[in-house]
Amino acid sequence: MDLAGYGWPMRVVLDSARCQGHNRCYAIAPEIFDVDEYGMAVLLHDGAVPTGLEDKATLAAANCPEFAIKVAGEKDGAER
Amino acid sequence: MTSIYGPVTDWATDFDHAEPDYNANAHEVWSELRGRCPIAHTDRYEGAWLPVTHEHVSQIAYDTEHFTSRSVVVTTYRPLAEAPVGNAPPISSDPPFHHGARRLLLPAFAPKAIEPMENGVRTLCRRLLSDIAEAAIAKGGIADAAVQYAQHIPVSVISMMLGFPAEDAELFRGFIHDIVEGVNVTVEQRFESFQRLGDYIERQVLDHVDNPRDDLTTFLLNAKIGDEPLSVGHVRGSIVLLLIAGIDTTWSAIGSSLLHLATHPDDRRRLVAEPALMPTAIEELLRVYAPVTMARLVSQDVEIGGCPMKVDDWVLLPFPAANVDPAAFERADEVLIDRAENRHIAFGLGIHRCLGSNLARLEVRVAVEEFLAAFPDFELAGEVTWSVGQIRGPRTVPVRINA
Repeated sequence: MDLAGYGWPMRVVLDSARCQGHNRCYAIAPEIFDVDEYGMAVLLHDGAVPTGLEDKATLAAANCPEFAIKVAGEKDGAER
Repeated sequence: MTSIYGPVTDWATDFDHAEPDYNANAHEVWSELRGRCPIAHTDRYEGAWLPVTHEHVSQIAYDTEHFTSRSVVVTTYRPLAEAPVGNAPPISSDPPFHHGARRLLLPAFAPKAIEPMENGVRTLCRRLLSDIAEAAIAKGGIADAAVQYAQHIPVSVISMMLGFPAEDAELFRGFIHDIVEGVNVTVEQRFESFQRLGDYIERQVLDHVDNPRDDLTTFLLNAKIGDEPLSVGHVRGSIVLLLIAGIDTTWSAIGSSLLHLATHPDDRRRLVAEPALMPTAIEELLRVYAPVTMARLVSQDVEIGGCPMKVDDWVLLPFPAANVDPAAFERADEVLIDRAENRHIAFGLGIHRCLGSNLARLEVRVAVEEFLAAFPDFELAGEVTWSVGQIRGPRTVPVRINA
């Protein structure tokens, strides 16, 4: 799904190997993160951040105790 | 039960986390140690280490190669429980066994399983608060936020989840006192405590074998890892874990949060006025008043922070100390209830992240919300006493409720 240029400029990248299910991201930004039946984070929209929710994405990354979330710009996201 | 050790002479070289002074003055002790060591040692408990920086605590929490979880409560003797299962899986388990034992329990404690419990917890809190309001009338508005409120909430929730009689709450608190607080006692006293707990669990298990029902005890009795049913010891150990780990921890977090609000009227008033701030505030209260210190045993000699840790040494993992390390948090020793960026580790780090963290957060948030809704104005009105040992929280929080 290529959303670049369609109003989805920011992406979040999730390192599932680091995620331990603290669920801080899901609590802060449920529009960007969901959780699976084990309580582990999964990305909605393949990590694309809906316009207007950039601050929430940044906050979710900044609250992860395991440093499992990174915020990437459009370019980084496209390269991933 | 009295300590088999004497008073602490020096926190850096003779610490004792089960001396009453430790929890009562924890922030001062950690601050002193951070400037001096920053990994303290004691010959008590046949040798134990106490790192107090975020760096060392996380390094050890992630290191399952040199440290085993086979016993996570520092006591006077080295428990017989063997790695990688330990006596209370999965908290006492090491990789690779740990993964399956934990995965079995994760769904019951995942956010979407816990969220539907909110109304039940709220109803429970309101019932307790209504009793408190009634009792306080005859006492000039005096109540105890720990004794009459905090301690009852997690006991009711976990007994319901395990399918144990709710009226056994006092018994559970007794077990917890023995297991978690009665650590610097003789081996014989320790064995007696475990025997009492084991006998009780066995009765409950047998009752569930005869009368299976929709609860975690029946779930564990029927559970399999792969095609293998759990061993008898695994089932009982996991039940012990669920019973012990969910009660005084959450009780402590609720008590500390209410103690903070009883002594910080600005924060209390702000939360009453801005209820949307509650989730952020709860995370900050969890950071500063994190109740849980875990422990490991060294399984392979290793040097951490210049300290030679030898096989079978205990190592305490004080997550609350890491949470107030100025190297990891700005204005670390201040409670900022609107702290938006808060990567605290109250629920640990790595593969042993607290299984019940979603439930604990729900209980603490709802308990504080409902207390403030019932009593928006209250203040500390007497002496606070603290728990002893690895779970830190106030056991008495006398408050005056102002009309």
